[in-house]
Amino acid sequence: MKSTTRDIVISAQQLTKKFGRFTAVDAISFDVYKGEIFGFLGANGAGKTTAMRMLSGLSAATSGRATVAGYDINTQPEQIKKTIGYMSQKFALYDDLKVWENIRLYAGIYGVPEKEIAPRTDRLLEQLGFENERNTMVKSLPLGWKQKLAFSVAIFHEPTVVFLDEPTGGVDPAARRNFWEMIYDAAARGITVFATTHYMDEAEYCDRVSIMVDGKIEALDSPVQLKQTYNARTMDEVFHQLARTSTRKAD
Amino acid sequence: MKFFISWPVHPPVKPIKMNQFLTFVQKEFYHIFRDRWTTIILLLLPVVMLILFGFMMTTEVKNTRVAIFDPSRDIATQGIINKFTTSEYFIVEGYIDHPREIEALFRKGRIGLVLVFSERFHENWMHTGEAQVQLIADGSDPNTASTLTMYATQLINAYRQESLDLPQTPLQLTPEIKLLYNPTLKGSYNFVPGVMGMILMLICAMMTSVSIAREKETGTMEVLLVSPMKSIQIIIAKVVPYFFISVINLTTVLVLSVFVLGMPVNGSLGLLIFISLIYIFVSLALGLLISSAVDRQMVALLISAMVLMLPVIMLSGMMFPVENLPGVLRWMSHVIPAKWYMIAVKKIMIEGLGFEAVAREFVILCSMAVLLITASVKRFKYRLE
Repeated sequence: MKSTTRDIVISAQQLTKKFGRFTAVDAISFDVYKGEIFGFLGANGAGKTTAMRMLSGLSAATSGRATVAGYDINTQPEQIKKTIGYMSQKFALYDDLKVWENIRLYAGIYGVPEKEIAPRTDRLLEQLGFENERNTMVKSLPLGWKQKLAFSVAIFHEPTVVFLDEPTGGVDPAARRNFWEMIYDAAARGITVFATTHYMDEAEYCDRVSIMVDGKIEALDSPVQLKQTYNARTMDEVFHQLARTSTRKAD
Repeated sequence: MKFFISWPVHPPVKPIKMNQFLTFVQKEFYHIFRDRWTTIILLLLPVVMLILFGFMMTTEVKNTRVAIFDPSRDIATQGIINKFTTSEYFIVEGYIDHPREIEALFRKGRIGLVLVFSERFHENWMHTGEAQVQLIADGSDPNTASTLTMYATQLINAYRQESLDLPQTPLQLTPEIKLLYNPTLKGSYNFVPGVMGMILMLICAMMTSVSIAREKETGTMEVLLVSPMKSIQIIIAKVVPYFFISVINLTTVLVLSVFVLGMPVNGSLGLLIFISLIYIFVSLALGLLISSAVDRQMVALLISAMVLMLPVIMLSGMMFPVENLPGVLRWMSHVIPAKWYMIAVKKIMIEGLGFEAVAREFVILCSMAVLLITASVKRFKYRLE
């Protein structure tokens, strides 16, 4: 058992989403602690995107409840939006805006005080080693750089939680490792990371992972514990043992 | 004794400020002006369209070549032919020797009208009061053919009136036709309001829907929706740049139509601008409605082109009079905003009428704007569920 004194940042109880007669997310319950890297795993169509959309205030829950950063997702979605960061699998930056303009835009949207934006932008560009790319259009950046920039932009306003939706899609393994270094840094600063992925090597990097099958959470523990429980050498094997029971077709 | 002070877990969150909203609007302008082709199309399209439609797409028939079969060759036929020679609508190409040649002439496509006089034209006319002249036009283009025969009939009637203007017929009824507001039947009087309706609809609806669809395609819309920006703020920020561009286009179109196409602005310019702004709102709302329904730029583009442009061109009265449309289409034309806008523009620009005259169009356009904006904002929000 985790110590109860740790701050709970995300808490879901019997969280459910139905689309007509189809139950996309079926009464899931879990807690995520402050500064934790929480891996949210599942095959395509298992319901992880739907669950994440509910937690990030994009979609209303059909039943059950959840809190993010202390706010209720059903009644306080606007407050939640201000305290979270979000990075989509498409690294949603604007291709026709320069690097600093993208930073400026998202900083503005998240209400970072005007006089802090410029110094923080300088510091960020320095950390990323992007000093010379300040005025480069995002469309001419390599994919790995875009990914780093997208993540930096998502946590620029120092959110309590950052949601990462398959953040490493299409990026080579070296760049993925590199990217996880950034995630560790963010977690060390106290930002809780909630990431969906289907790269099982990435699951190993997480503090704890949950594995969703057909809308339900079938397993939730640290990667080491999970491997023991399922008597597997890798997370990939754990995942396959669980996913085999799936009856739902990928969407 | 110790006191524990509990701090709120999070610092109080500040509301989105105005300059943050402006940053967002600025970004929209960057999207437009950094894409060279978009900029060129947005700013030049109205000019090109206006010139094309204003000068070329006209129902006026000028300089039509006329061939004549005249076995009589007398004073009356010569008088009629002189009328044709001096008319700006016709050029007398020459005489033919036999009616058999007529069909071959039309096939060559050079001749638009043939005049066939009966034999002993003047003699018959003077003695029996009857003489025949036949007008032959190419019916494969019915509009042109009827316009040509109408002009020709007028010329022949005019000649008859002049030559009959004799003392033995003191009581004569001569209808004098006067076309109010557009005495010279200029085509631009009809097309300029139509082109205005079309351009504003095109810029506003198509560009708004495409730009929102693009954000959905690239995934940035999702990021915006997760952000604290309210959907209404996103919508307004999207719409503001196109509103500005529409105002620029409106100015271009008005200046061009007045100074190049010779359109009058007989009524109040302020009223004209006012009603145009309302029409712009309607078009923007339509664009939003489309974008709330589609996820891809291509689909947005096609829907705007097919669902908006075709009805604007076909059913608004720009090309074909609404009165001539078959029942169902005429009924459909009532829901086309461009139709009401065109009616209002014509009333203000050409007839020089005041607000009372366009009150009906004003009310209709306003209700459409309110209806569409409500519907699109609702749909936009619904899509987030």
